[in-house]
Amino acid sequence: MAQICIENVRKDFGSFTAVQSSSFTIEDGEFFMLLGPSGCGKTTTLRMMAGLELPTSGEIFIDGEEVGMKPASQRDIAFVFQMFALYPHMNVGKNISYPLLSQGMPKPQVKRKVDEVAQILGITDILKKPVGGLSGGDRQRVALGRAIVRDPKAFFMDEPLGALDAEFREHMSEELRALHDRMGATTVYVTHDQLEAMQMGDKIVVMNHGVVEQFGVPQDIYDWPATMFVASFIGSPSMNFLNFHGIVGSGTTSVALGESEIRVPEQHAGGRGDLALGVRPEHVHLDDASDYRAEVVATEYLGTTQIVTLNTPHGDIKARIASSDRAVVGEKTGLRFDERTITVFETEKGRALLSAGNEGVLNHG
Amino acid sequence: MSFSVTEPSNRTKWFAGTAVVLYAIITLLPLMWIIATGFKSPADSISYPPKVVFEPTLEGYVNLFTQRTRMSEDDLAALPPAQTWYEEMVREQGQVISGPSRYGERFLNSVIIGFGSTILCMVLGTAAAYAFSRFRVPLKDDLLFFILSTRMMPPIAVAIPIFLMFRQLGLNDTHLGMILLYTAVNLSLSVWLLKGFIDEIPIEYEEAALIDGYTRFQAFYKVVLPQAATGIASTAIFCLIFAWNEYAFAVLLTSGTAQTAPPFIPTIIGVGGKDWPAVAAGATIFLVPVMVFTILLRKHLLRGITFGAVRK
Repeated sequence: MAQICIENVRKDFGSFTAVQSSSFTIEDGEFFMLLGPSGCGKTTTLRMMAGLELPTSGEIFIDGEEVGMKPASQRDIAFVFQMFALYPHMNVGKNISYPLLSQGMPKPQVKRKVDEVAQILGITDILKKPVGGLSGGDRQRVALGRAIVRDPKAFFMDEPLGALDAEFREHMSEELRALHDRMGATTVYVTHDQLEAMQMGDKIVVMNHGVVEQFGVPQDIYDWPATMFVASFIGSPSMNFLNFHGIVGSGTTSVALGESEIRVPEQHAGGRGDLALGVRPEHVHLDDASDYRAEVVATEYLGTTQIVTLNTPHGDIKARIASSDRAVVGEKTGLRFDERTITVFETEKGRALLSAGNEGVLNHG
Repeated sequence: MSFSVTEPSNRTKWFAGTAVVLYAIITLLPLMWIIATGFKSPADSISYPPKVVFEPTLEGYVNLFTQRTRMSEDDLAALPPAQTWYEEMVREQGQVISGPSRYGERFLNSVIIGFGSTILCMVLGTAAAYAFSRFRVPLKDDLLFFILSTRMMPPIAVAIPIFLMFRQLGLNDTHLGMILLYTAVNLSLSVWLLKGFIDEIPIEYEEAALIDGYTRFQAFYKVVLPQAATGIASTAIFCLIFAWNEYAFAVLLTSGTAQTAPPFIPTIIGVGGKDWPAVAAGATIFLVPVMVFTILLRKHLLRGITFGAVRK
């Protein structure tokens, strides 16, 4: 098992820059998520770590060793492909044993290893079957088997659940996480599904347009997004932005929004011009005592909670409130925000201003 | 009567079946004619109207493989009794065997040149197709077009330059020369066909093999080649059929040591009158290898032709 370190890695395809100077560290044994929309460079980053793509510049360390220019076969890592890429001309057992055969492992030992892995994954009964007729879940297990069979330094997974149907995904993601906890192997997992990332990851890197937007544990990223992109990409419904034009001074604890004063965490950096207050839907409360007024535009019933769309003087926002709370379309109401959770963004740069709330999270990354 | 989009009606099936049978008969008729003629006596072979029912004889085959001399009845009578059934058959025609014919050698030449060029073509073609499919080759599209453009003229158009070049290089009437020539002619189409097949093989398989600790070359022959087998087999059939049946270059460039069967077979006619059964026998035997090869690979061929039509 190993620590993986990415330093200033960049990848150009001709004139297109897929990954711009990314740096982050994956600690030994971590379940690490590379998250971002399609085309953000997350797969390219993973492929560079695996050696399937060579970086244009920058360094990649696996277990302290610089491997940026080494071929994949010499990196001692395993890769689970989105389409599984099981060798179609071999049966299940052969597929799993294939990485061992390249190392010249003696046959009896190979067989023991394959049996052991099949046991872990519960696929002992299909070892002799051709891979062609397997169900999606079994294919997934065989692909995992091929990856774990030789105890590599790290596992790389490129949207391994992307090809499964929704119901089975849930089940497989639990299985995957359990397997990781059992093996304790460093795992890098690429996904575009923010829920999957939050659910499974120890740490998340959020990428967009080839740039690392934020890097940290899921809760930090959810609570204190570093950029407006992260704020809107993570969470469903995403973070609300109340756009306004004004000045936020360093040290202030409130922001003037129209007639109302909204309390915010103490600001450690100032900003002026186009700004936005970011607040999660669950931190928006309907409170008639508040002087910040909004009109209920729509409600969506979700069982225990409901999502209320509100029209404010600073844009439409959504609130997640208990289903039992009263919200009638067309009615005016006051809004109260959970002051400890608000982030102030500079709209133009899209970046969060430092405050007492997010300083600890944003300074380390 | 049920209506279904995918299941054709009985009437359609009947029409289609009949059409296929008719087509097969029309295609196979000349083949049947040749095979039958090989077993006819010379008189039967030219009788009019043609005989459908006849007494089969191996005379044609015996004549095909032997060289014979005509002898007077007295001389024949003076000979010791014939040792073998075929000697006796020849003597009944008033001839004696003076030696084996060249057919065996020519046939062997065809085998060497046909299969040799096919194998060489597959080795070079697969390597080139793999490179075109997987690597960033500068001017790839132009190169591919140039390669295909060599197929746009009839090959015989360059017969004279090739003849002169071969003479300079000492390749006239050699196995190597013919193998190189047929490989050159077949290679362009092979590269194109094989590139199509290799393009269809997802690159992830190779990447998985690379990750599993294999080198690029190992990934190529352990993972790509087995999956390209279908494509290689069907391309090989096309190459073999061309090289096997090629006549024009063979007439021009071979006369002795490396002469293939196609230019040789017509010369059989000249030996001792119009010996159509011997010609037909030569043609029949000549058909066998390609037929066997095609039948052995027919599963691949059928899959190969429709390969990639539907994405699975």
